Amino acid sequence: MQSQATYNYKVVRQFAIMTVVWGIVGMLVGVIVAAQLVWPDLNVLEYLHFGRLRPLHTNAVIFAFGGCALFATSFYVVQRTCHTRLFAPGLASFVFWGWQLIIVAAALTLPLGITTGKEYAELEWPIDIAIAVVWVAYAVVFFGTIATRKVSHIYVANWFYGAFIIAVALLHIVNSAEIPVSLLKSYSAYAGVQDAMVQWWYGHNAVGFFLTAGFLGMMYYFVPKQADRPIYSYRLSVVHFWALIFTYMWAGPHHLHYTALPDWAQSVGMLFSLILLAPSWGGMINGIMTLSGAWHKLRTDPILKFMITSLSFYGMSTFEGPMMSVKSVNALSHYTDWTVGHVHSGALGWVALISIGAIYFLLPRLYGKTEMYSTKLVNTHFWIATVGIVLYIASMWIAGVMQGLMWRATSPDGTLSYEFVEGVKATYPFWTIRLVGGTLFLVGMLVMFYNMLKTIAGAKAYNAPVVAPAAAHA
Amino acid sequence: MADFISGFWNLYVTGLVAFGLLFCLVVLVTNMTSQGAGEPKLQAHVWDENLREYNNPLPRWWLYLFWATVIFSIFYLYLFPGFGSRHSDPADPAKDRGLRAEYAKEIRSANKQYGPIFEKYLGTDLAALSADPAAVAAGKRLFLTYCSQCHGSAARGAKGKSYGFPDLTDSDWLYGGDPATIKTSIEGGRAGVMTAFGGTLNSEQTRDVANYVRLIAGLGSDAARAARGRDVFATNCTVCHGPEGKGARSMGEAFAVLGAPDLTDGIWLYSNSEEAIIDGVTRGRNAGPDSVTNTMPAWKDFLGDAKVHILAAYVYSLNNKK
Repeated sequence: MQSQATYNYKVVRQFAIMTVVWGIVGMLVGVIVAAQLVWPDLNVLEYLHFGRLRPLHTNAVIFAFGGCALFATSFYVVQRTCHTRLFAPGLASFVFWGWQLIIVAAALTLPLGITTGKEYAELEWPIDIAIAVVWVAYAVVFFGTIATRKVSHIYVANWFYGAFIIAVALLHIVNSAEIPVSLLKSYSAYAGVQDAMVQWWYGHNAVGFFLTAGFLGMMYYFVPKQADRPIYSYRLSVVHFWALIFTYMWAGPHHLHYTALPDWAQSVGMLFSLILLAPSWGGMINGIMTLSGAWHKLRTDPILKFMITSLSFYGMSTFEGPMMSVKSVNALSHYTDWTVGHVHSGALGWVALISIGAIYFLLPRLYGKTEMYSTKLVNTHFWIATVGIVLYIASMWIAGVMQGLMWRATSPDGTLSYEFVEGVKATYPFWTIRLVGGTLFLVGMLVMFYNMLKTIAGAKAYNAPVVAPAAAHA
Repeated sequence: MADFISGFWNLYVTGLVAFGLLFCLVVLVTNMTSQGAGEPKLQAHVWDENLREYNNPLPRWWLYLFWATVIFSIFYLYLFPGFGSRHSDPADPAKDRGLRAEYAKEIRSANKQYGPIFEKYLGTDLAALSADPAAVAAGKRLFLTYCSQCHGSAARGAKGKSYGFPDLTDSDWLYGGDPATIKTSIEGGRAGVMTAFGGTLNSEQTRDVANYVRLIAGLGSDAARAARGRDVFATNCTVCHGPEGKGARSMGEAFAVLGAPDLTDGIWLYSNSEEAIIDGVTRGRNAGPDSVTNTMPAWKDFLGDAKVHILAAYVYSLNNKK
């Protein structure tokens, strides 16, 4: 039985399309900076230097591509699992346009060299304020929808989305506390090692809540939906949810091992990062075990392939992360390309693949269809992307371990065996392989863009009628 | 204690860390149940037409993994810093089990192991040492570790808008190229100051003197400006650069400590363009926050006498290869 009202798919459509667009833009910038490492002569003009484009790449892929994917899916999921229309649709529209404006502002200011210098929080104070305003609007829409839900229980995906929204607000506001000196320049409210600690408390929890909790919310809706199977364990979802969001908050200091940060903070950061392994894996187990009994679907359903592969990469990088936070491992891995490899096994393998899977799920439904224009192209995209990721992370692992070993190698008299520049020289082949991997991933996104255009072309925007709650809830 | 400004923060951190571990333990202890094992049963709730949940017990291996990391952490905190100021005391290295102690230990053992390799050269005269291939090779390794960042792998220096690192192979010396002076430069560092004349000279005068400098350097210049610049130079610059602009050392080795370069020898630490010279005259070098800061650090305390000795021999050898 269905009521007359329809879900608000408009904002979902807008964000879903922009996910693909910003994905292409952000990854293109990534390919450019990767090429600049291979051919330093490509560093033309101060505006297009590696140092200016690299933050543009990270901001674009995390906050524009990842952000749009989170907005699109959370707005979709929260309506459907609350069995009600989105709360305050005008505000939802404001969130879309506000976020696009922020992305454009970032794309202009970063190449101009306007930056706070804080990694993943480079945007200057007027943009920081805009982010806070848009984020609060987002929270009102999301939690307003939860508050007006027609079912008594809140679905697990919404816990994760909710935690992501609250934590990111907290992180952004605390880390962005700064004193403006002009319209485009500010200084951090914190100094010295405190500043570094606040920055990496933010930095690591941006990974934890933006790139993990948010996308786990995505996983908890789209994996059971696409597999048409029940979630493996409610208990596991409760336990790993609380353990994850509690433990993540402690992990930041592992970015500051062997620095001026006091010993106790380094130890505690390392230990809670280790403890984080099991809570992180809880999500992987629940996702993969949900599929058990439906493995045959992987043969024919490329969307499910995206999702299962993303969970495998998630499991791999959440194992790798705790290992790298162990001080003696970190002594080798820190400041090398291993870190870059680790980040991309999470960013390409987990975040991008689950988002791509979810967007492929959404696009036809947002236009009243049941399937993408070409399932075959979805499958092609999957294989191009997977090969790209493997080339990317394998080359960075080898490069990182090699760099770490070269930097610490000593001659019999205790002097360094290699000058720094020799490590740079030895890394060139791996940077080249990484460039190939990154380019493949970008090509996959272009295939997706084509498939999206073909799916949308001629189709009319569709808003599904609100589904009445099942009898058990009434 | 030293990591905290008061005993309160020590207790606060200790309490918070204990609470964190306790939270994990409570989560674990209360979820050991195997209730729900066997044939999976669906929970009552349904969302969005077909979203349902089983309630399987937590996988045992996962629980034990979680347990293992928590127990490891408690054990680690028993041995190493983490519970507030426990095991962390910079004032008393004997009680410290943190990075300071680890670093001190590594340095002690490295000095013990490697110290004699370098110390055996201390008694040898620098000029003789610069002819000893083994010592020069050791000096080169030290140079590549500590000096190449500025002076380059081949010791050829580097020139840029905001830095000028001298070429150590060109036999042109600001302070002197004899073994003893080279050693002094490494030991104590150098921070030669070019006074900023932006407050004394107007922009016409700085352009005039820049043209004069280019004239005596044998570079293209405006004759009228250079003629006026001669007087500006005589009044302001000769104290350090000498009456003919041939540098401090041209006035006798007693003036060498000034480090003022010979402006006529065709060797330039920074660019020799008119604009770059005007910039140097106006803002000076090492003359405060507005000017380019470009100093040679002092290495004596960090490297110790023996390593500085070998480095000096190596640098000397660069100019005295037969």
